[in-house]
Amino acid sequence: MTVPVIAFYCFAAGVIIGGLFTVLSRHPVHSVLWLILSFLSAAGLFVLLGAEFVAMLLVIVYVGAVAVLFLFVVMMLDVDFAELRAEMSKFLPLGMLIGIVLLMELTLALGSWRFAPDAEALRDNLTPPLAETHNTAALGQLIYDEYILLFQLAGLILLVAMIGAILLTLRHRSDIKRQDVLAQMYRDPAKAMELKDVKPGQGLS
Amino acid sequence: MEQFFASNLGIFVIILAQCLAMLGFVMISLLFLVYGDRKIWAAVQMRRGPNVVGAFGLLQSVADALKYVLKEIVIPAGADRTVFILAPLTSFVLAVIAWAVIPFGETWVLANLNVAILYVFAVSSLEVYGVIMGGWASNSKYPFLGSLRSAAQMISYEVSIGLIIIGVILSTGSMNFGDIVRAQDGNLGFFNWYWLPHLPMVALFFISALAETNRPPFDLPEAESELVAGYQVEYSSTPFLLFMAGEYIAIFLMCALTTLLFFGGWLSPVPGLPDGALWMLAKMAFFFFLFAMVKAIVPRYRYDQLMRIGWKVFLPLSLAWVVIVAFLAKFELFGGAYARWALTGGAG
Repeated sequence: MTVPVIAFYCFAAGVIIGGLFTVLSRHPVHSVLWLILSFLSAAGLFVLLGAEFVAMLLVIVYVGAVAVLFLFVVMMLDVDFAELRAEMSKFLPLGMLIGIVLLMELTLALGSWRFAPDAEALRDNLTPPLAETHNTAALGQLIYDEYILLFQLAGLILLVAMIGAILLTLRHRSDIKRQDVLAQMYRDPAKAMELKDVKPGQGLS
Repeated sequence: MEQFFASNLGIFVIILAQCLAMLGFVMISLLFLVYGDRKIWAAVQMRRGPNVVGAFGLLQSVADALKYVLKEIVIPAGADRTVFILAPLTSFVLAVIAWAVIPFGETWVLANLNVAILYVFAVSSLEVYGVIMGGWASNSKYPFLGSLRSAAQMISYEVSIGLIIIGVILSTGSMNFGDIVRAQDGNLGFFNWYWLPHLPMVALFFISALAETNRPPFDLPEAESELVAGYQVEYSSTPFLLFMAGEYIAIFLMCALTTLLFFGGWLSPVPGLPDGALWMLAKMAFFFFLFAMVKAIVPRYRYDQLMRIGWKVFLPLSLAWVVIVAFLAKFELFGGAYARWALTGGAG
């Protein structure tokens, strides 16, 4: 066994164990932590494939940002786990049924999967020669030269989704006090406060 | 002997030795960084600082480390034990592994990755987990509030750090630290480095680095006046030491990043003098001095001010800078100062 093979089995085991315990774990926060292990192992697999750039992006985007959000939400939730567990046993048969149907469909679909005979050639036409270009540069050329329109469209869809989410949660409340930072910074101390010499026992009138 | 070092086991031994050497360097510099930090801080406040253990108190950090290690580890009754222990480990290990790709000289680097800068960015984006896990696992109010604050803060400033780094990558055409430093080489020495063309971003990067590593004036996660000590409240003994060490190592890493990205890494500032790792170390020490000075002389920010600066000032500025740099690099304006890949025929 060579080092890459050993590394592959380690990472693959990491992905599977992480995924398994994401489902089986008793506590949702632990689930998210297992999920993170699974993401990291997947990034390791990408490195073994020679796609360092994708691996790093996976870590930055999924582990560094998305999973942090998951963790936030899950930590804030106050869920009664005993109740959830009782609910789960009730829905278990139905869930199993759906799972089995899905599995069979997937086997049917993937079992009869055939690559088109010229698929490989079509793909190679677009890909810059990997021996000369670094995989980051190759990816950049594909996305920004070959598929620029699709890429921009995907960006546009994300933008619309973001605007929609902001619009759904935006509330203008008039009954709260808002801070105007510039007004605060440009306040003149001479006008804002006044020093008075108060005689003992008299106070300010 | 030659044969042994060419075999698999020999290569493994060499890599292990290199890693240990790097770890040793980081740990030893950590001891003196903590000491230097306290000395500088004391000097600004006209105190003496540590001066009892060893000559000039040089061994104070060793004594402190020993003290931490020898104390009893207290785990709160309501804490999630596994995550509670895992949190400081995460924080420390992540801070250390980022050093694997930091070069100290032309060939002095553990792993010469093509995506080195992304690797550092990825690892530093993971550092937030140590804080969140520590705060949550303590099962206590102050740590939890502190960890929430910290996570929000680190994520916010990561965005602007990422955009600033993109500016540098754009002008180099490579994500390899070696290429970035070599692109800053030239006849003018000091004035060839990226700090000049990327001047506004140097200030932004420095401030973002302060916020990203939870250094004062942005140490709101542990603001002792409000949150006692934030996510570290329930930690004692070795786990606390790990948190602390992780924090300082992350700060030192930021010094190294500033040096590599904007101040020419191991290049000498005066043309004619030889380049070398000593320059790199001197520059890192200088930036650590700046970090320590900021800690001593700047008052702590309010949390809403911190978030406002991050999202409403730094993010638009760094985003605009990316667009400007892309424009300047594409048309090779200012004598190609922003398009070093065109001059050196880099990896672009």
